[in-house]
Amino acid sequence: MREPNAHTVKSFDDDIALLRSIISRMGGLCEAQIVGAVDALVTRNMDAAARVVAEDARIDALEAEAEALAVKIIALRAPLANDLREIVAALKIAGVLERIGDYAKNIAKRASVVAQAPPIGPVIIVPEMARVVVSMIRDVLDAFVDRDVDLARAVCERDRGVDDFYNSLFRSLLTFMMENPHYITPSTHLLFVAKNLERIGDHATSVGEMVHFAVTGEHLTDRPKSDDTSTYLNKSSDDAGFSDEP
Amino acid sequence: MTEVSANRPEMGVAAPLKISARNVSVFYGAKQALKNVSLDVSSEQVTAFIGPSGCGKSTFLRCFNRMNDTIDTARVTGEIRLDGRDINSPDMDVVQLRARVGMVFQKPNPFPKSIYENIAYGPRIHGLARGKVELDEIVENALRRAGLWDEAKDRLGESGTALSGGQQQRLCIARAIAVDPEVILMDEPCSALDPIATAKIEELIDDLRGRYAIVIVTHNMQQAARVSQKTAFFHLGSMVEYGDTSMIFTNPVQRRTKDYITGRYG
Repeated sequence: MREPNAHTVKSFDDDIALLRSIISRMGGLCEAQIVGAVDALVTRNMDAAARVVAEDARIDALEAEAEALAVKIIALRAPLANDLREIVAALKIAGVLERIGDYAKNIAKRASVVAQAPPIGPVIIVPEMARVVVSMIRDVLDAFVDRDVDLARAVCERDRGVDDFYNSLFRSLLTFMMENPHYITPSTHLLFVAKNLERIGDHATSVGEMVHFAVTGEHLTDRPKSDDTSTYLNKSSDDAGFSDEP
Repeated sequence: MTEVSANRPEMGVAAPLKISARNVSVFYGAKQALKNVSLDVSSEQVTAFIGPSGCGKSTFLRCFNRMNDTIDTARVTGEIRLDGRDINSPDMDVVQLRARVGMVFQKPNPFPKSIYENIAYGPRIHGLARGKVELDEIVENALRRAGLWDEAKDRLGESGTALSGGQQQRLCIARAIAVDPEVILMDEPCSALDPIATAKIEELIDDLRGRYAIVIVTHNMQQAARVSQKTAFFHLGSMVEYGDTSMIFTNPVQRRTKDYITGRYG
């Protein structure tokens, strides 16, 4: 059965379907990589961390595949309008997912280091934060495949929750380091882990914006950024919290 | 006509108005080939007409210099104004009109005469040159503007039909330019040409833009996207959408436009 909205040239539809499936597979791998890396961090499992590091090559290979296919479609089919927007979006999304894979790999590398230092308490916040960003990636790629603008927009709005996690982890780690100066090394690694997850949330959000443009042809208007740690200044050693004025 | 209101002709043109068509319909005998089309053409932009075969785009183009007059069964209603003057009014000299509104066809159709005579014929019958020197100058200028001078200057006495297809088409454009027109109509000017010759014509259209109002009918969507600033999409005799080319090809308003340009038109 041909879809009612199919191209006259059927292989064009096949190419687009293949491109979508590569992007979906990349997204699935990214989710698994983040879960695996955070799991290795919490369980202090260096073997599991090494496996995550090695797996990243699969995401890189899929990105190259997506890029080659998108370039081929542009060269051979000269897509226009919504087709053009979708293929350009797929090309950009593939790049973003590759970057997300790199962040997961970096978390796994840090997990190996953290596993060799004494355990620290604030690590328990990380899996919660990871759950939110993994769900964002899953939903935003569902939105891409299903051309679901509402879902894409909802994902963008969820980034605020990730930023809140990051702000709170930033604050606890700072306090923790001041109280336990000999834990500064694992704490700093954990801070970077949290920053990586926060960046993944930002990337998922930008994918949401790409999906919105691909489907509607209009850009999503700017959303406010709620990660305010970049404005943080430690005025006195006993005040590790944020000032009310940014 | 609710479709048209989403992208109205009035919105389409910011630059100086050259041609304004209002409620134009064309009938071939009992069959209506063009249905109530209104559109403005700017003097400084290239306007492209796209649409499937038989959609009325060439029929509409041929209204602009009354080429449909040559078809016995054709009947045109509505109003077309060139610089505000009704081109169908009885006091409009159709020969003068066609000098002001030149045309280039799908298949290059040079006269079976020398390259020089192909260009010189129009200016001579319209009395644009006083003497041989002026005529030589007009021929050279037209060939230069059409990008054919370097290839043709040493063989002006040879027959126009001895040129390659792409050169013949540029000769036809030079012939249209020679009578100093205000508008150039092009009816699929590249469909009989190879890609290099096509690229040269597109480059030429770019060069000519601003000096002449150009209206081009093309089946090649990428060509319309490359050469034009305004695009009108026709379907079954109606104008479905008219607007900025950049919008028509990236984010068309009408479903029928989108389906056609993305290759979903059945």
